[in-house]
Amino acid sequence: MSLLRKTAAQLADALAAGETTSVEITQAHLDRIGEVDGAVHAFLHVDAEGALAQAAESDARRAAGKPASALDGVPIAVKDVLATEGLPTTCGSKILEGWVPPYDATVVKRLRAAGLPILGKTNMDEFAMGSSTEHSAYGPTHNPWDLDRIPGGSGGGSAAAVAAFEAPLALGTDTGGSIRQPGAVTGTVGVKPTYGSVSRYGLVALANSLDQVGPVTRTVLDAALLHELIGGHDPLDSTSIRESVPDLTDAVRMGATGDLTGVRVGVVKELGGDSQENEGWQDGVQARFQEAVDLMVANGAEVVEVSCPTFVHALATYYLILPAEASSNLAKFDAMRYGLRVLPEGIIDPSAEDVMRATRDAGFGDEVKRRIILGTYALSSGYYDAYYGQAQKVRTLISRDFDAAFAKADVLISPTAPTTAFKLGEKLDDPIAMYLNDLATIPANLSGVPGISVPGGLAEEDGLPVGIQILAPTMADDRVYRVGAALETLLTDTWGGPLLDRAPALEGVSR
Amino acid sequence: MPEISRDEVAHLAVLARIDLDDAELDHLAPQLSVILESVASISGVAGDDVPPTSHPMPLTNVFRDDVVVPGLTAEQALAGAPASEQQRFSVPRILGDEQ
Repeated sequence: MSLLRKTAAQLADALAAGETTSVEITQAHLDRIGEVDGAVHAFLHVDAEGALAQAAESDARRAAGKPASALDGVPIAVKDVLATEGLPTTCGSKILEGWVPPYDATVVKRLRAAGLPILGKTNMDEFAMGSSTEHSAYGPTHNPWDLDRIPGGSGGGSAAAVAAFEAPLALGTDTGGSIRQPGAVTGTVGVKPTYGSVSRYGLVALANSLDQVGPVTRTVLDAALLHELIGGHDPLDSTSIRESVPDLTDAVRMGATGDLTGVRVGVVKELGGDSQENEGWQDGVQARFQEAVDLMVANGAEVVEVSCPTFVHALATYYLILPAEASSNLAKFDAMRYGLRVLPEGIIDPSAEDVMRATRDAGFGDEVKRRIILGTYALSSGYYDAYYGQAQKVRTLISRDFDAAFAKADVLISPTAPTTAFKLGEKLDDPIAMYLNDLATIPANLSGVPGISVPGGLAEEDGLPVGIQILAPTMADDRVYRVGAALETLLTDTWGGPLLDRAPALEGVSR
Repeated sequence: MPEISRDEVAHLAVLARIDLDDAELDHLAPQLSVILESVASISGVAGDDVPPTSHPMPLTNVFRDDVVVPGLTAEQALAGAPASEQQRFSVPRILGDEQ
């Protein structure tokens, strides 16, 4: 098997067995990036020199019998919203073009300490606002399954990099589904950990109370290995929780047997689980979802239907809370301390405020402006109670719905996204249609619970990947891994191999 | 729920320190009205007795020991600045003529 096709766990084993070196693996991925990224555009910045130097150090450590971690030497791609010392970090925005952070995000620091060479930074919707990566100021990423389609967003770059075998692992961030929805539409695995269980220090915040860093991989085991490496308390993040999540790789091993005896699986009526109320849910998505549910039942799971009535308001709640937090967070881009500074035309001796206004107009894209204005409105006096205040209360009700559902079920499942990947440009100027993509992923962010998206097969009508989402209670991340691994095993057995084996090889593509 | 007028968007843009031009205002105002209309459905969903959630984890009073740790040097902190002078951020004038 080529090095590119191996999972991160297999690469780690090959390194441990002395069958290959980190330099070989890293070079193979850099070559692959060189070959296909012109067409996929998963990367905003590739650091070949740095990655190879880190790989050489890893090989030296291993030769000395002192690998730094289980994944020492396995390369990774990092979403461009995470600060990387010495490597450009743009968040997909012109306002940060060329900015090189003077420090590492905690998760990046942990990657470096564990010896993972960093291949580069991946494309994203500007400041993580979007579901298609089309809002990147540097041009969209293309879905490796069909280059005319979106790879999901905001972390479409990380998902596409992993799906196109440009990287075995990647980091993403999930504020409303930005890890899970790209995972679903690219046939990869994406995990949003419990809120606060992975440090946000050095993550350029979109919405502090919703953002979470997590793994983007091709298998559930790889996600668990990466998650264990980046997770855990960080004193630099005041929202970081002290308790550590349960053993995740153990949960994967238990799940990988495919046995789900005694697991109560809740199908959420409001998240595509109601066959009577299925407007907006693509037939092929529903068919694959139903198949997954049947497969779980056939292997011992007990399925219960649960209703979370407030979930129908989750999207509205999210699109008030997120812009409110984002408008406040993005106020720091003021042209004074870092990033772009644009002097207004036609003003002699402009004031700081004139410069701020000109810079923010030139530096932010349409979607960012839309959300800043919306957030400013939702927070303004006279509207605060009706919008932001009300949204915070509905957020409480959504958490209560989760509590009630988890009293009846160990995990909840749904399709990850209502449709497969749509065409680039199709929803670009229709914000509401774009927002609807996050329908099934948003409730988890509002409530802080962990979730995973695993490949569920291809939709009949378009041959594109469908994702299955599994949600668990706060701090029970091990459950999403156990059930995710079981579903992965059962489905892969049905298919006779990984779903990505059926993706186009992309060899010789150019644009 | 109220519709959002072009003038209102212009005012919000001033508050948000974004110099939107006429074309942007024409484009944004109707889009924001559509978005507001679709989020307006949450009004009345939660009664007065429902407490608000600002944060998904019930964390309060996070303390750490008051120990000095190394920070960025002035040079590092200024490395990304649009302009700097004498180890300080150099900014445009912050006061108007009348102030």
